[in-house]
This record gives sequence, C-alpha cells and structure tokens, in this order.
Amino acid sequence: MLQPWLVILVSAVYFLLLFTIAYLVDNKKLGLDRFLKLPFVYALSLGVYCTAWTFYGSVGRAASSGIGFLPIYIGPTLMALLWVVILKRMISISRNQRITTISDFVASRYGKSSRLAKLVSVVCVVGIIPYIGLQLKAVSGSFHVLVSTETAMAEHGGLFSDTAFYTTIAMILFGILFGARHLDSSKRHEGLVAAVAFESVVKLVAFLVAGISIVWFIFNGPIDLFSQAAEKGITDGLFTFGEATITYSEWFWLTLISMFAILLLPRQFQVAVIENISVRHVDTAVWLFPLYLLLINLFVIPIALAGLILFPAGTVDADTFVITIPLMHDMPAVAMLVFIGGISAATSMVIVAVVAISTMLSNDLFVPALLKWKSPKSQNLPDESIQSQLLFIKRLSVVLVLLASYFFISFINQEYSLVSIGLISFAAVAQFAPAIFGGMFFKKVSETGAFAGIISGSLIWFYTLVWPTFELSGIFATTALDYGPAGIWWLNPHALFGLNSLDPVSHSVFWSLSINSFIFAFISIIRKPKIPEIAQAELFTSIDIETGNSGQGLTMDYRTAAKDELLQILTRFLGEQKTQKALSDFNLGHDSTLQKDSNEANEAFIQYAESVLGGIIGAASAREIVSSAVSERPIHLENVMVLLDETRQALEYSRALESKTAELNKTTDRLTVANEKLKELDLLKDEFMYTVTHELKTPLTSIRAFSELIKDHPEMDPEKKNHFLGIITSETDRLSRLITQILELQKFEQGFTSKNKQALYIFDFIDKTLQAAHGLIHEKNNFELQLDVDRNTKILADNDFLEQAVLNLLSNATKFANKENPRILLHLCIDQNMVCIAIHDNGEGLAEEERELVFKKFSRGKFAVESGVSGSGIGLAVVKAIAEDHKGLVTAGDSHLGGACFKMHLPILKDIS
Amino acid sequence: MAATILIVDDEPNIVISLEFLLAQHGFKPYVSRNGEQAIDFIDSNATDLILLDVMMPGKSGFDVLQHIRKKATSDQPKVVMLTARGREQDIKKGTDLGADAYITKPFSTRELIKLIKSLLSIEH
Repeated sequence: MLQPWLVILVSAVYFLLLFTIAYLVDNKKLGLDRFLKLPFVYALSLGVYCTAWTFYGSVGRAASSGIGFLPIYIGPTLMALLWVVILKRMISISRNQRITTISDFVASRYGKSSRLAKLVSVVCVVGIIPYIGLQLKAVSGSFHVLVSTETAMAEHGGLFSDTAFYTTIAMILFGILFGARHLDSSKRHEGLVAAVAFESVVKLVAFLVAGISIVWFIFNGPIDLFSQAAEKGITDGLFTFGEATITYSEWFWLTLISMFAILLLPRQFQVAVIENISVRHVDTAVWLFPLYLLLINLFVIPIALAGLILFPAGTVDADTFVITIPLMHDMPAVAMLVFIGGISAATSMVIVAVVAISTMLSNDLFVPALLKWKSPKSQNLPDESIQSQLLFIKRLSVVLVLLASYFFISFINQEYSLVSIGLISFAAVAQFAPAIFGGMFFKKVSETGAFAGIISGSLIWFYTLVWPTFELSGIFATTALDYGPAGIWWLNPHALFGLNSLDPVSHSVFWSLSINSFIFAFISIIRKPKIPEIAQAELFTSIDIETGNSGQGLTMDYRTAAKDELLQILTRFLGEQKTQKALSDFNLGHDSTLQKDSNEANEAFIQYAESVLGGIIGAASAREIVSSAVSERPIHLENVMVLLDETRQALEYSRALESKTAELNKTTDRLTVANEKLKELDLLKDEFMYTVTHELKTPLTSIRAFSELIKDHPEMDPEKKNHFLGIITSETDRLSRLITQILELQKFEQGFTSKNKQALYIFDFIDKTLQAAHGLIHEKNNFELQLDVDRNTKILADNDFLEQAVLNLLSNATKFANKENPRILLHLCIDQNMVCIAIHDNGEGLAEEERELVFKKFSRGKFAVESGVSGSGIGLAVVKAIAEDHKGLVTAGDSHLGGACFKMHLPILKDIS
Repeated sequence: MAATILIVDDEPNIVISLEFLLAQHGFKPYVSRNGEQAIDFIDSNATDLILLDVMMPGKSGFDVLQHIRKKATSDQPKVVMLTARGREQDIKKGTDLGADAYITKPFSTRELIKLIKSLLSIEH
C-alpha cells in the first residue's frame, strides 16, 4: 500500500515533467526540438495507439481469452506493411491541402463538403468521447488500487472519484497550452508530440519492468510460471488460434477494424499524418512501430497467468493485475512505476485525442455556426476579434470534450470493460474507411455516395453497439436485446436479420461496414461527382509522394471573385501581416496569375485562399466563407463532363499524334543521317573510281604507248628497245599489284581471315621484307634500321600479307619523306607487351584529325592530295585490315624525325614450352 | 623549223614515250613535270602545241589551260588534253575552257600523231 500523498506528489511531478518537455520543445530551448527530426521519435509518437486499454486491458482480456487480445495489434502490424503506399500518400495530400483533421481529410476529398465534415466530426465525437472517458477512468481506478489496502474489486463505486476530475483538469490545461496554442491547426504541435513520444517510452519501460519483476522475482522465471499455470489448468485453451479463445469471426473483424484504427482514429491521424515532419520517417516507423507493439505485449500473457495463479476465482479484476501483483508482493516502487506508466498511456491518448476532436468540433461545428451568426463580411467586427474568437472557440472545445468525457464515465455501466469501449470507437472510425481509401484511389466516387455510406454505417453502428450499452447500463429498460424492439425479432441490435452467431462487435462491424461500402459504391455509380469534387478527386488521386505535388490538377475557371473582398476575409482570419505573406507566397508560385492592377481573382487564387483559410478553420468552413465572396459561373455538370471528356480525348489524341510525330521525326532523322552517309559513300566511291581509274590507266597508258612505239619503229636501237620493254614489264607489275590490293581489301571486308599463319621469327620476317623492298629503300633516302627486340621473338603471321602491309607502309614513307633530304627509319621494339613495327619518315606528318581517317579506304591525307603524291587511298586500308587479321592494330602519329610515324602492333607468340 | 610541243605530265614513263614519239615524227618536244613548271615555260617560250595532262599534283591541267587562254597573245598554242578522265562533264569542261582536242588514256600513239599533225597543218 502506498500513501495517497506520495502517489499524488509523484503524479504531480510526472505531470510537471510532461509540461516541461512540451514547453522546452515548443520554445526550442535546450535543443530538445532537434529530437523530433529523428525518425524513431516519429515511430514512438505513433505509440499513442497503446492506451490504458493496452496497459491494463490487454492483461484483463488475456486472462479471459488468452491470445484473443492479439488482433488489436496484428491489425496495425499488417497495416504498417501498407504505410509506404497509403500513409505516405495521406501525408503528402494533407500537407498539400493544409488538412487539419480526419474530418477535414474526408470533406476535402469530396469537394470540401461541409455536411461530410460535420458528419465525420459528429461520429468522431460520439465515438471517441467514451474512449477518452475510459482513459480518465483508468487513471482514477489505478490510483485507488494503489492507495487502498482492500482489493479494488471490492468497491466498484470507488473506482470513480475526484481523481478523475483532477486528471481532467490537468489534461484541459495541457490541451489548451500545447494543443490549442496556434490559430493555424495545420501547424504542427511539436511540444505535444515530444511529450507523447516521451510517454511512449515511459509506458513501455514501466510495463517491461512490471513483467520482469513478476516473472523473475515473484516467480522463478517463465518456466516456473508456465508450469505452475499448467498445473492449475489455467493455460488450457488460452494459446490456440481458434474458437477456444475468441471465434474466427472475431479474429477477422477485430483485425480488420484495428487495421483501419491505426490510421483513422483521430489521434492516430493527428500524430501519423498532421504531425509528421518528413515522409521518410514512415520508412522507419514501418518496422519500428510493430516492434514497439511486440515489446509492449511481451509480458501480457505471463502477467495474466501470474494474476490467475495468485488471485484465483476473480478475487481481483484482471484489468488491474499489472498493478496489484507487485503491490501485493511488497514491490511498492514497481507498483508506483506501473501507475506512472498507466498515467502516461492514458494521458498521451487523451491529449492527442482531445486536440484532434476539439479541432473538429470547433472547425466543423462551432465555426460554421458562429459564421452564420456573424457574417465575416460584416464591417462592424474588428479584425482581431475574429481571430481571438476563433482561438477561444478552439480552447472552449478542448474544455468541452474533456468535460463531456468526464461526465460520460459517471453514467457508464461498470460492466463494460476497458476493451469493449475501445472496440466501439474502433468500429466507429472504421465507417470512414470506404470513403477515405476509396477516395484516395478512385476518381469516380462521389460526395453523395460517401455521405450516404458513412451515415448509414454510423447509424447501424450506433444502433448495434452504442444503444445496447444504454440498455445494459439500465438507462433505458427495454427488451430489445432479447426480442427485438417492440418484438420485431429481425431488428434485434445484436442479431440484425436473425444473424445471431456473431459477437456484438463483429456483428456490428459486419453489418455497418458491408452496408456502408455497398451504399457508397452504389450511390457513387448513380450520382456522379460534382464539379468541385472532380478537382479535389484529381488532387487526391494524383498526388506525388516524393514531391508532394498534386500532378496536373484540374483548374476549371468556374468561379471568380473580387480580389479585395477575398483579401479582406483572409485578413480577418490571419491578420494583416500573415495575409501579406500569404499573398507574396502565392505570387511567387504563380508569377503573373494575380494581376496587381486587376481586381479579379481567378480560380487558382480562390483555391489558394481556401487552403490558407482551411489550415485555420478546416476546408469545408473555409469554402463556405470564401463562397460568400465568390460568384459561380453557371456551368452544368453535364457540360463539364462533356468538356472533360472532350479535353481528355483531345489530350489523348494529341498525345498519340505527338508520339507519332516524334516517331516520324526520329525516322526522318535516321533516314537523313543514312542518306548523308550514303551520299558521302557515293562521293567516296566516285572519288575512288576516279583515283582507281587514274591509277589503273596510268600504267596501261605507258604499256600501250611503248608497245605501239616498239611495233611501229622496228628500226629502234636495241638498247632503247630493251629500256622500253623494261618499262612495260614494271608497269605491268604495278598494275597487277594495284589490282591485288583492291581485291584483297575487298576480301578482308567480307570477313576473310588468313589461314596461312605460322610462327615466324620477327628478325627473319623483317629481313625478308627488306629484301623485297630493295626497290623502295636505298641509300638515297637514308634508310635506317633499328632493332630493339630479342632475336628469338616470334609472331604468328601470314608472311605474304604481313610483308605486304609493311611494304605499303615503307612505300608511303618513301612517298612522303622530305624530298631534298629524305630519312626513313624502321624501328622494331616491344611496346605494351606487343611487337611494334614502327616506320618513321621526316615528311610533313599527319594532322591530328587525319590520323584515323587515313586508314579508311579511298580516303587520303590532305597533304597527299594537295601535293599530288600519287596513291589510291587503298594502301593504308589494306594495312589496317591485315593488322587486324593478325589481332594487332595500326596507328598513325608523330615521328621524332619530324614527319609521320606508323606503328603496327602485333601480339608476341609465346613459346608453348 | 620543227614545231615545238610541250608535254605536261607527272608520270615519267608516259613522258618518255611521248618524247620519243614526237621526236620520231620531227617535232621538238619540251617537258614540264607539273602545272607550275608548265606555266613558267609557256610564259617565257612560244609553243605551237601543248599535250596537257589533267590530273597532276598542284595546279591541274585545267588551271594551266585557263592560264593560257587568259593571255592576250595572238598566237595561242593548240592544246590537247590528255587524261584518264573520260566523263562527259570533264570533256565539256575542257572544251569550254578552250581545249582544241581531248584524248583519253590509254591512247593510241598513231591516233595522237594524226591528231597533232592535223591540228598543226590546219594552221599552216
């Protein structure tokens, strides 16, 4: 047992700590705000999912149905797998649209529908307030367990006392200070998030400490605990996935609504979407959050078993096992820590839920009422007064939500455990799932469909889950649960249409979600979206997760407004300074859209004004206010649809045309290039024919002339005759050499490769080649030979081809060497592990850009053409073909002699031995 | 006095054959190995006929022909183009520039002598 003053003191200190953390972060003191930039803090803040229900209720549920408490945690884990797709999208959309709450999200999607905003808000308020009350009850309940010597279960009435009220006051203070501080609800509440993340750590540590103390200090480890439980037959049926724990249908439906709850509960939407700093944090949360859930559930079963062993036959409420076990076993410090953990679980949920609910309440219900009462356009209202009124309304909402929760728990029947009330809330927010997820991925769903779906689902939920609680608590005494209302059996709230095989929650979720989805889909088909919805649908479905840009977005100029009237409205809500800033922000993004001198605001500016205003009072209210300054052009929906269809078709058509044109252009380009190449080739061919003809006809001319001369002049002296005959012979040789080369080049081009390659000593090869070149090289052109190669070096070569290649190079060198004082050098060396036959001359050399070109057939060096050195443009092409056939290469460069240097690299033949 | 004929060709063997041929028929042959040499010779010597190769290093036969026809002298030499080029546009170019005849390689020495004689005898 603990002294009440001590418990109150410790709690007060804990609250003070929370306030301090929130204050320091909000005011950017001590650098604590930097923690928020860490992804794991985001994952921890999602831990707001684990409320007092998890902290106390899981053990309670495990004590009665074993692992049946798990679906509540399996659902979120499954959903976490989809976060990368769904949550990131929701975050990007919300940032883009300055969305403030879940009701704002739904309303924004469906053309900023005011009635949808109101409906979702009402469902949230009705669905969540009991849940908040439940948390307050848990705090006061655990307080009483902690301070009373008697077991808490003995006095049901005592569970509810003023402790809950004090907690409520503390929460109101916290909510106003850190939740309703700014006017702009789309702004993040850093202090609040920091406090929530901190509380997530506290409750996890507290629960783990309790678990460890119970398992290892009260019992002798898990084996001892489980064997004791088995002896007493407690474990029977607690560990099977099946009807023994909870029914299969319960497994399914509870998992499903938990999947929705992790995103759609107002507090989850608040921390996961609105308070998110970076979409990248989601990537960490995807694994870290399920891990958190696993850790906090690790000791649920052991503690439940311990409780059942220690307090047999329901002497103690299983919901309080976590705190009663350490308390009864002389571990007051652990009990105290557990109590603080419970407070942290309860308060973190309360704070965030209250901020979210009160924002909805004020934006969707109170503000529209206020605006109806006092037109924002009326001139007699000072600007500051609207802003302070708004802030007042926001704070008032916080107070109202908490007080309502407080009063709720004074009415509720104690029979309803922590878990049941939580599940009722889950089932409530599940009604938004079809409209939200459908709206995020399908363009064609309509506001009418969403509204009808949610309202029918919610009514069924209310009738099948909420109404019975009134009856069970005895507020209304009817026999509906037994025989149906007024004896109509098929309207029995727990067995609609005679479906009595499901537990109440599964039954309610089955009917409400099925009918909700069906009506949503059916009405969306018969009632098409209206103009404003189409624009929003485009924004929601085409959002880009990485950039946050909403694709193309449809801007139909169907509204106009006077610019000064819009600015006046903005100034009312934002103040002069922020309005000016908003205006300049807009002008930055839409350079000349809003003409300075024109007083007409276009659709883009109206939308912008709406979104800025929406950040403060929600999208639906913002649209309502802006509409007072806006005049709509009469566009009929049919016309818009026709227009849209036409635009789309035209767009598709022009896209198709564009791609065709692009294709055609590409083909044309390719053809042009090919044509140019052909022309070039044709020119080259002409040039080739021309040079080849010349080269062939020149020796022919000599041969013919000399043979005619010899024939016509038999008197010619024999010496002269011999000379002429010699010329005929050499010209015939020249002719045949030329023809051979042309044919060889042709062969190599067609893929010929020599089969006559054999191992040759490079020395022998050079020796033979020089003998064959005796006509080319002689003392007159100062031929030099330099051998820097081992005499045993061998190559694999076709002697005839290679000889011809070297002869061609030598012949070129003699043609291009300096005329007055020619120098030619054949240098044999090893270079880059290859044999290198380098032939230098001291001529004009080759320009850089010609060094590759000269090896192309028919092309000749510029100097060769200009200086009229004869040649067919074939010699080097043949050299190249031969070098390549020998797995070598030939290159042209500068020579140290001042002219050109042609190097032929050939692989060295390694001796196999 | 024997008529003077200038042979303009860069191919030594062809020059040898032409020198011999012309000398055999009583002409006085002179030789230029390229266009520049030819122009130099023509500018300082009177020539009766020129055998002009088209494709030569440096100045081509056409260039030389142009140079000759530009001169304002009354005693313009006869010009016979000797070339491997047999295309019509080449022949037309030659005649447009003022060539008297056009002979494609390989040529017949007898035909050539006949042509030369006829060109020179018309004048006489």
